[in-house]
Amino acid sequence: MYNFWAIFGIWMAAFLTLAIFSFLYKDNPFYKLAEHLYVGTSAGYMLIYTYFLTIKPMLIDPITKQQQFFLFIPAFFGIIMLTRWFPKIAWLSRWSIAFTIGIGTGLAITGSIQGILIPQIKGTLIALHGWNWTTLNNLLIIIGVISTLTYFYFSKAHKGVIGKTAKIGITYIMIAFGASFGYTVMGRISLLIGRMYFLFHDWIPLIH
Amino acid sequence: MRREIPLAITFITSLIIIVSFFIPHAPFGTMQEISLKWYAIIAGFTMLLGVDSLIHMHSQKIKRKKSGWVYSVVLIVGFAVFVVAGTISGFRYGTAMDINSSFMYLYNYVIIPLQSTMFALLSFFIASAAYRAFRARNLDATLLLITAVIVMIGRVPIGNQIWHNFPAIAEWIMAIPQMAAKRGILIGISLGYIAVSLRIMLGIERSYLS
Amino acid sequence: MNIFERIEKIDRRIIFLLVAIAVLLPLIFKVRMEIPISEPVKKAFVSVDTLSSGTYILISVDYDPASMPELQPMYKTLLMQCFEKGLKPVMIVQWPLGLPLSIKAMSEMAVEYNRIASKEGKDTVVYGVDYCNIGYRPGGVAQIVGIGKEIRDYFESDYKGTPLDSLPMMKDIHNYDNFALLFCLEAGSMGEMYVQYANARFGIKIIFGMTAVSAPDAYPYLQSGQIIGLLGGLQGAAEYETLMKKPGFATMGMTAQSWVHVLIVLFILLGNIGYFIGRKKRRS
Repeated sequence: MYNFWAIFGIWMAAFLTLAIFSFLYKDNPFYKLAEHLYVGTSAGYMLIYTYFLTIKPMLIDPITKQQQFFLFIPAFFGIIMLTRWFPKIAWLSRWSIAFTIGIGTGLAITGSIQGILIPQIKGTLIALHGWNWTTLNNLLIIIGVISTLTYFYFSKAHKGVIGKTAKIGITYIMIAFGASFGYTVMGRISLLIGRMYFLFHDWIPLIH
Repeated sequence: MRREIPLAITFITSLIIIVSFFIPHAPFGTMQEISLKWYAIIAGFTMLLGVDSLIHMHSQKIKRKKSGWVYSVVLIVGFAVFVVAGTISGFRYGTAMDINSSFMYLYNYVIIPLQSTMFALLSFFIASAAYRAFRARNLDATLLLITAVIVMIGRVPIGNQIWHNFPAIAEWIMAIPQMAAKRGILIGISLGYIAVSLRIMLGIERSYLS
Repeated sequence: MNIFERIEKIDRRIIFLLVAIAVLLPLIFKVRMEIPISEPVKKAFVSVDTLSSGTYILISVDYDPASMPELQPMYKTLLMQCFEKGLKPVMIVQWPLGLPLSIKAMSEMAVEYNRIASKEGKDTVVYGVDYCNIGYRPGGVAQIVGIGKEIRDYFESDYKGTPLDSLPMMKDIHNYDNFALLFCLEAGSMGEMYVQYANARFGIKIIFGMTAVSAPDAYPYLQSGQIIGLLGGLQGAAEYETLMKKPGFATMGMTAQSWVHVLIVLFILLGNIGYFIGRKKRRS
């Protein structure tokens, strides 16, 4: 019985994989079926995890088992979030949104300064002493950071010194985008390798 | 009052978080702890909004027999199967995520192949786009192209087979010029993020309330 | 129409077929290549390898099936390293679709390690004693900051609903201070949140295992010392497998990766040759 369900599952997965890949030939009903199934099953998964991983452990259990009745307040805010479904009382959902946005902005301000701005600027203030490869690399880093920031500074026209610095900045940016493209290609191909491995190892064992 | 109260809530909650960063002791520290926990609970409810609007939209499509309504039936059936399997698994095992549950079975053989294949499609399109659109039209594009080629070959084993210094050159590109540009972009984004957050906190930016 | 103009107008389905063949043939014929090791991966490996037995390490599983081929091999190799070194990995999940993946790999690697350990007469690993998975809770950034004070504020129980206090290994574990390291397996931006809050506020050392798409963005954090190691994409996973001397899916996949990269570079070259010839013709 176990083997049957495992084999059935692999064939079902293979069918769904091939249905999606069929889009490469042209759009067709099998692809549309798989696409809609993907959306529906993801929504079903979301509903289940919302209950079992959020509402139950963070609200129902603490309230019923530990008498943490003050949790009715965030529960209220959570429920009024759903008033967006009813136009007459949809304005209540703004309270929940305001709460979450407020927390988000407070964390963003402190986190960005302490976690990004200061360490990144500190990382750019690097030693330039001695004639060696490390000094050259450090110099390239400093020039790169300053010129990239200058390129994105639009409050002054890119003329003269600012213009020349911005041009150096665009050179660094093109290198960064080229590197990112190379990595993106690598990332996408890896996903294909994963799927091919499934089809020709788990489903039709050509790969050993 | 319908706009003033939310603006006040935004200001007060963000102020609590910022003040408690500098004064972590009671009462600010305690207020921060409580606010963060409440945030986590409220954030959990937002998923329900998306699920409802999706089901509502497709139910309407089936009711009105709009073009492609059959696929909406597939969507709703898929949704229902997962909810039923998850509910049964949850009550049987105490959690829907037990490795022997029907919910995990469906996750392994439906969600995994569907999601991973959707993204695997991109590999074909990126190859096609590289062939058709990646042209060295000017100096900047040529620089981008050359860097991409060096990184693509240098970061895979064949680069090491072609020339043993290829990986080191690719790594140098990543660690020095690429890193410097990304840092510049990161600092810029972070400054913009702080500016927008301050505007929201002070009520200057109100688009999130509509 | 010359040959390059013809090639430029080729049906893209032929390109798709060539890509599929370039992936499949090296996998079927088991072509293997030596994996060169990069400095960021070596740093990550050494950071974990030099931890003493009994040390706790927090592993954040933040990916979904779309990023599974790149990150699951990193996760599995890391777990094997933890079990072999006697470390105590605690899994936490920030992406809800990643929870089943984290449970699945954890169970598989525990079975795999116990099979080897039984053969070699070593101690086996037991859930709740040597490793555990505290599961997923919502909250993202708020949760990352909150568990810097007390994990139980968000995670009263593990993924199965077992109270954390009844898991022997979690009795004295309360926040980041109890962990030597945080290993983030990232497909999105949660890693940056960990750097901004967990590392900046609470000082925990962080290693990133990222998809290739996100890895270039992590280099500024590596240079500034905010992260102490970086694994990028399938290549990163293959390097980690090589350092562990346990070649697996990632090592096998890198040969296919190599050939497709060569194919795409050829496509780019061909396309540009055709473009320049066409441009020359138009100008004359």
